[in-house]
Amino acid sequence: MTAQDQIPAPSGASPATDEVLRAEHISKRFGAVTALQDVNVRLQRGEVLGLIGDNGAGKSTLMKIFCGFQRPDSGRLLVNGAEVVLKSVTHARSLGIDVVYQDLALVNQLTVYHNMFLNREIVRWPLLSNRSMRRIAKEHLDEMGVNIPSVNVPVASLSGGQRQAIAVARAVFADARILLLDEPLAAMGAKEVAMILDLIHDLKRRGDISIIIIAHNYGQVLEICDRVNLLQHGEITLDKRSRDTSVQELNDIVVAEYRRALEERQRSA
Amino acid sequence: MSDAVDSADKVLGRPASGGAGRGGNGAGRTLVGGLGAFGRQREATVLVVTVALLAYFGISYHSSFLSQVNAVDLLAELMAPIAIIAIGEVMLLICGEIDISVGFIYTFAPFVMYFAITDYHVPVPLAALLGLLTGVAAGWVNGFITVTLGVPSFIATIGTGFVLLGLALVVSRAEPLPVPSSWDSTGKWFAIPGNPWQWAPLVWTVVLVLIFHLVLTRTRWGLYTISAGGNLLGAREAGINVGRIKYGNFMLTGFLGALVGIQAAFYTSTVDPSAGGYTPMFYAVIAAVIGGTAMLGGSGTIIGAFLGAIVLATLTDGFDIAGISANPLSIIFGGAILIAMIANVQLTRLRQTGRTL
Repeated sequence: MTAQDQIPAPSGASPATDEVLRAEHISKRFGAVTALQDVNVRLQRGEVLGLIGDNGAGKSTLMKIFCGFQRPDSGRLLVNGAEVVLKSVTHARSLGIDVVYQDLALVNQLTVYHNMFLNREIVRWPLLSNRSMRRIAKEHLDEMGVNIPSVNVPVASLSGGQRQAIAVARAVFADARILLLDEPLAAMGAKEVAMILDLIHDLKRRGDISIIIIAHNYGQVLEICDRVNLLQHGEITLDKRSRDTSVQELNDIVVAEYRRALEERQRSA
Repeated sequence: MSDAVDSADKVLGRPASGGAGRGGNGAGRTLVGGLGAFGRQREATVLVVTVALLAYFGISYHSSFLSQVNAVDLLAELMAPIAIIAIGEVMLLICGEIDISVGFIYTFAPFVMYFAITDYHVPVPLAALLGLLTGVAAGWVNGFITVTLGVPSFIATIGTGFVLLGLALVVSRAEPLPVPSSWDSTGKWFAIPGNPWQWAPLVWTVVLVLIFHLVLTRTRWGLYTISAGGNLLGAREAGINVGRIKYGNFMLTGFLGALVGIQAAFYTSTVDPSAGGYTPMFYAVIAAVIGGTAMLGGSGTIIGAFLGAIVLATLTDGFDIAGISANPLSIIFGGAILIAMIANVQLTRLRQTGRTL
């Protein structure tokens, strides 16, 4: 808890206007399991926040709460300073919050441009305007610097990194202002990782998109994120700017926690 | 510029990387690209098979195979029911479902029409519409059990199929009932013997194939059907109402099953509880798969299923004309289906590894 105390509390009742997302005292239980306990998260406009922690620490649950897929048992969410109760993924999306899952984002059998426009198709009734969609998708991907052979190919023929880039581009294209990226770099080659990191750097430069990244690799997180939050057993145990911490420190905290838990278990056994 | 090079590489199946394709022969590449584009069409294999079969029987048995009587047999009687039901099965298979009951919708729907006319004095056109709506309702029930109650459609529709067969047997007391010729003023729009109305099923088929080819490839409904079967969670994530798509495709299939049943009732002047059943359903599924529809969902084509229906009808009709006796026919027919399927699977595998055709 001490690390969190270092962050100055927001002054007064009105949060800073450039705070796009704020979670206060979020708790979530699944039966006997406490997934999240009194979690506080802030996200500034244009900021990239890394959310790290071991499996089962509650990262995914927190993401699901942010994207409207699950509701917290207690606590509140503020989007652009206004309190909201996210009713659904669609509702969250209408507020500009969009989540990109690595594996389930795209339909492999459909072309790149159909994926870009999935559920937002341009239709000249009763038929799809494939030509316009193709053109706009290409323009948008070029603008974002996403490099793929053609927007006409099925997504199945692209690499994991290209697919991830398209999923991110689609969310931005759909006017997402808060992007939640779930393990965007997992199971990727070095070239692919560089490609996604470049894409996130570009988005950061735009300044109007805020990003929360879930990741395992601390090095990559520190490279790309402005700030990191460490989740352990449903609690945020560290909240620091990337430049104020190191892979070593993060590792030490997680390993120390693991040792302590192990000792406790052995003592009680 | 580099974009053009990259897409050419893609056609040739090479990994897309900047300058790898530089210095190639432009015209040669276009030719290979063109052949590749044909080979990559899922319908290509089945089109070749269809043309080959038609040519074989057309040349070997031209006097009987190319007669008008045989054309009606082949296209309107044999092919049309398979193709029409296959349209529904293609849509269902693509979105990850199947309808085993459709052959019994075929059986039952004409009885609703029949008794609406004889017992409730409903005008014939309206009764025919009631029969079609029976199919839609049966499709809704299939959707309800599958989508809402969560029973896999393979089992759910076996169950509803038995129920429909039982209903048909109960209401008919297991006896065929005669359709009077006075109903022909409505019946001719479905199918009755003699020119020109005996061609009606073929016209229905072609129109429905064209419509649903467009629906599948050029409308939201088609995209969502592919999405539901290709990536169910992803489709839901994108906010697509996947349940609605599945319900709709079950109802479509029910409608098509009822349509084929009513056509058969008018054409044979009989409402027969032994009509329909598993055979037309299995033929339709086989036609769909021969035509390139994936059993596991996510991809398929209506045109391919249409060609698949022609293949099955040509085999049945052609072997009949060739005078192969009924007993070994099943062996040959089964063998032909297996060869078509194996060719399809292997060619698809070749396509996916990049060596087109």
